[in-house]
Amino acid sequence: MSAPHSDVERIKAASRHLRGTLADSLADPVTGALADDDTQLSKFHGIYQQDDRDLRSERKRQKLEPAYSFMIRARVPGGVCTPSQWLNMDRIASERANGTIRLTTRQAFQLHGVIKTRLKAAIAEINREMMDTIAACGDVNRNVMAPTVHELTAVHAEVQEHARALSAHLTPATRAYHEIWLDGEKLPPPAVADGEVEPIYGKTYLPRKFKSGFVVPPLNDTDIYAQDLGFVAIVENGRLAGYNVLVGGGMGMAHGEPETYPRLADVLGFCAPEDVLAVAEAVVTTQRDHGDRSNRKHARLKYTIDDHGLDWFRHEVVTRSGVSLAPPRHFAFTGNGDAYGWQQDDSGAWHYTLFIQNGRVGDFGSLRLKSGLARVAEVHTGEFRLTPNQNLTISGVRTADKSRIAAVLDEYGIENTLQASPLRLHSMACVAFPTCGLAMAESERYLPSLLDRVEERLAAAGIGGDAITIRMTGCPNGCARPYIAEIGLVGKGPGTYNLYLGGGFAGERLGCLYRENIGEAEILAALTPLFEGYAGGRSPGERFGDFLVRTGVVRRVTAGRLFHAAEPGRG
Amino acid sequence: MRASTAPLEPLPLDTGQSDRLEKALAGLSPEQLHWVSGYAAGLAASQAGRLPAPAAAPVAATGDALTILYGSQTGNGQAIAERLAAKAREKGFGVSLQSLADYKPSQLKREKLLGFVVSTHGEGDPPDDAELFHEFLLSKKAPPLAGVRYSVLALGDSSYLNFCQTGREFDERLAALGAERLHPLVECDVDYEGAAQTWIGDVLSRLPEVMSASTPVPQLRAVSATPRYDRNRPFRAEVLANQKVTGRGSTKDVHHIELSLEDSGLRYSPGDALAVIVSNPPALVRQLLDELGLSGDTEVTVGGETASLEEALASKLEITATSMGFLKAWAGLGAAPLAALLDGGDKSALAELIDGYQVIDVVRRFPLAVDAQALAGSLRRLSARSYSIASSQRANPDEVHLTVAAVRYEAFGSAHWGAASTHLADRLAEGDSVAVYVEPNSRFHLPENDTTDIIMIGPGTGVAPFRAFVEEREARGAAGRNWLFFGDRTFADDFLYQLEWQRHLKSGALTRLDLAFSRDQAQKVYVQDRIRERGADIHAWLGGGAALYVCGDAKNMAGDVENALVDVLVAHGGLTDGAARQRLKELRRDGRYQRDVY
Repeated sequence: MSAPHSDVERIKAASRHLRGTLADSLADPVTGALADDDTQLSKFHGIYQQDDRDLRSERKRQKLEPAYSFMIRARVPGGVCTPSQWLNMDRIASERANGTIRLTTRQAFQLHGVIKTRLKAAIAEINREMMDTIAACGDVNRNVMAPTVHELTAVHAEVQEHARALSAHLTPATRAYHEIWLDGEKLPPPAVADGEVEPIYGKTYLPRKFKSGFVVPPLNDTDIYAQDLGFVAIVENGRLAGYNVLVGGGMGMAHGEPETYPRLADVLGFCAPEDVLAVAEAVVTTQRDHGDRSNRKHARLKYTIDDHGLDWFRHEVVTRSGVSLAPPRHFAFTGNGDAYGWQQDDSGAWHYTLFIQNGRVGDFGSLRLKSGLARVAEVHTGEFRLTPNQNLTISGVRTADKSRIAAVLDEYGIENTLQASPLRLHSMACVAFPTCGLAMAESERYLPSLLDRVEERLAAAGIGGDAITIRMTGCPNGCARPYIAEIGLVGKGPGTYNLYLGGGFAGERLGCLYRENIGEAEILAALTPLFEGYAGGRSPGERFGDFLVRTGVVRRVTAGRLFHAAEPGRG
Repeated sequence: MRASTAPLEPLPLDTGQSDRLEKALAGLSPEQLHWVSGYAAGLAASQAGRLPAPAAAPVAATGDALTILYGSQTGNGQAIAERLAAKAREKGFGVSLQSLADYKPSQLKREKLLGFVVSTHGEGDPPDDAELFHEFLLSKKAPPLAGVRYSVLALGDSSYLNFCQTGREFDERLAALGAERLHPLVECDVDYEGAAQTWIGDVLSRLPEVMSASTPVPQLRAVSATPRYDRNRPFRAEVLANQKVTGRGSTKDVHHIELSLEDSGLRYSPGDALAVIVSNPPALVRQLLDELGLSGDTEVTVGGETASLEEALASKLEITATSMGFLKAWAGLGAAPLAALLDGGDKSALAELIDGYQVIDVVRRFPLAVDAQALAGSLRRLSARSYSIASSQRANPDEVHLTVAAVRYEAFGSAHWGAASTHLADRLAEGDSVAVYVEPNSRFHLPENDTTDIIMIGPGTGVAPFRAFVEEREARGAAGRNWLFFGDRTFADDFLYQLEWQRHLKSGALTRLDLAFSRDQAQKVYVQDRIRERGADIHAWLGGGAALYVCGDAKNMAGDVENALVDVLVAHGGLTDGAARQRLKELRRDGRYQRDVY
């Protein structure tokens, strides 16, 4: 007998394909929150209920409920959006949300601080520009990632098209979204079996969230090893030959529960471009049928694969898809950061990737990112592309327009962002306080000032010009993918973090716990001698993470299951 | 809370029986007492066919054998608490299981036996739901707890420095307050299962002896005659809490104030007012002295008593409001333009002076050189201020609560303050005391019949007596329905007592709540608009005998609401405007439409 299902499974099963009582919750004037069960269902619609945690305790004393608001996540398959979609988000952020746009680590838009009474209008307005929020969160396939720029335009276009097709194929089929947010016609209850309403997902959807993406080597910008399902483009003779299929990546874990761990994806085999959807659907349905629905901390695909074995999993996928996976082809990555500045592709078009600290688009003093990008959107004829590192690429700029775009970037102080140190340009932080309900420690509000200190130490060691990946999250769920950074900081409590070191510069190796539960002074004290050792002892071209592993500062972590082996300070 | 005094379960024995039982049990050891209890249970079982089984007594909160309280972030603590509760119930003990978020700390001293399951988070912080209880317990408000027994199960993660800190604090503080450990503190790490299981077993094994040892024999207590308090003999009430209840974004500063009535014998009913003897804002006293160039040390006589001028202005004389008497006196002291204005009979100019001016504004507009005694002689005696009481004494036996909007505003180019509201909101800290007495208000009282429905209309601080009404009706177990109309400026920051109303709606103590927040949308919405929108239902409730209550602003709100009620009777009762007004008069006369407006 299997263990009883988790409560979220009950909510999904009873939700009538994600409807629940969301409509009633929205209409209840006594609270700014949704009914408890609806807070689970809203995620499938791209909406997280949050509250201002800075005010939580104060408001409880004031006999007021928490300052509830909602985070809306809009899907952007492959990160591609049009200038008019950008302007739409810009306006909604100002009129319905807290005035800023957050670009996420999965190439999606996030708006924060949307109060309940503005929620419906905000969602409707997002949809007005042919963008949606369904399945941006929840136990379904989330926003599908893809590289933002590649010099081979034909290959890039093909990969982007596959990303869009995968996103569409795995979008839930329920009409609930249209009914609740878009005043869509309420159709009579379907006279068909549940399996036919949601042919891929069924009525309880997946056991847990599911993340997928594409990548084109040598750049691993989409952190393909962190995806549940990844497709690595194999380019031969300038043409897309097919994809290596990767499965079982995922970042999330829980502190103090060593049976939870981050894991890098395994290579399953090679498939032809036309087999992408069949293979993806087989991976999804295998997880649907075999993923653990009793324990949400053990429900991601990575545990299904570790519990059953990769060979079993490959057999399921091959059987279900009818695609006989070929042996994987060779590929190699050089890094997982973005290529900043101006690049030109083989069609002659220009792409400018700018640095957006922690993905937060707002106007900050002389750096008027939000106003400046809106101005760019008004004149730009190409696309915007949200990068997997929370940055933005202004894409498809004609040579004739290049100077005009550059002038706007300069006028609004945006050009200067690329003057940041290589460390900062390779940094990421999740949102955390004050809105994220999971945060245990600060992240977005804190990392910039910590980087000031770390930059000083790097400069003192004479390596201030070297790129090192550093990522921070406020909790162990890993939104900013800290476990594959060379320096990873994961919130443990207010002002304290676990320090992970030795992740691969290309996101190809997990880091290892180096210090547990430490504050800023100890973080700096721990890093300083390592910077000095690296500056003096590295081999030519050797990356910081590789150096730490080679010299035995940290253990080489070869599998997710070994992530916690012999952690310091435990027991 | 369901009763005004700790109810002791009525003993099913008469006096003779209880005396005999007491004699028979005297001197028996715990083991012997156990045997006797089993023997008696066996006897009862053998007679069960002949005797009606004792009806399941309604479980009063205070009569429970065991109160289990949990504070839990992840649900682990709650699960353990639920397990203990289930096991204790299986063994036949009465159990009350509550989240610390829902538990009323004032109940603590009435408990017999407490089990705590509480986790610790971050750097030694209590879980969210235990935060306020934790603060209460560690504060000086926590009462002595002699006679209370307890045990604490602490959950934590030993990778943090302050492992199980909250549990440790509970355990130590309860002991310091005089409570007795039933079982020593148990600390659990992330693998809590084994230790928790053992703790549950240990606590359960102690229950029989504790219960047999603590079953009380009811004693009659003499009730002393209620002392009378008035303006001259006020009661000095200690401030238990002074909490701002409007949010950061509010334009208003409303405070919820809790005063202790412990040992006062002071009684009040919902609808009554509390008179507060206040002092004037010190900054205003200073300004007045400076304006007139007077020394605060000069002695003056007020009402036959001698005091320094500063003292008299601070606490004996009215300076935040003008009066006709003061204006005449000030004119008489030589303010010729003022005298001319008074003689001119310009009513609107006079009304402005009386409504909009404080004494200092008159002094500034009509400057005059006066001596200290002349000033003192011109001013009216400082009167007590009355506030509608916001609590039910049945629900809060030793307390009285007020809802006070601090009055602060700019006028004539300078800061102005209300005397009473700022005295209460700004100048009273927890532990301070304030002189009060009750002003009964027999014209604003709940229906005597608990099955009567009530409709309460109380925007702003006008909601205060309705908090008392709902608490009272809940404590009484009144079957009548309770419908509240509340309004203010914004939902986010001005929804007074929001969490309490939500709780009352959930429990059913409040049947309906209609809200009007005027500034949350372009078009302003007020309670009178909601009354019209809900007209059909209001009319139906009135038809069923419901009573109407209105509290708050007399200047605009009371009239607007009255007009809305007329509209309801016209639209849904088919009355003419005149007949509708007549109908409201009849309702007034019959006590079914009561107002407390000011």
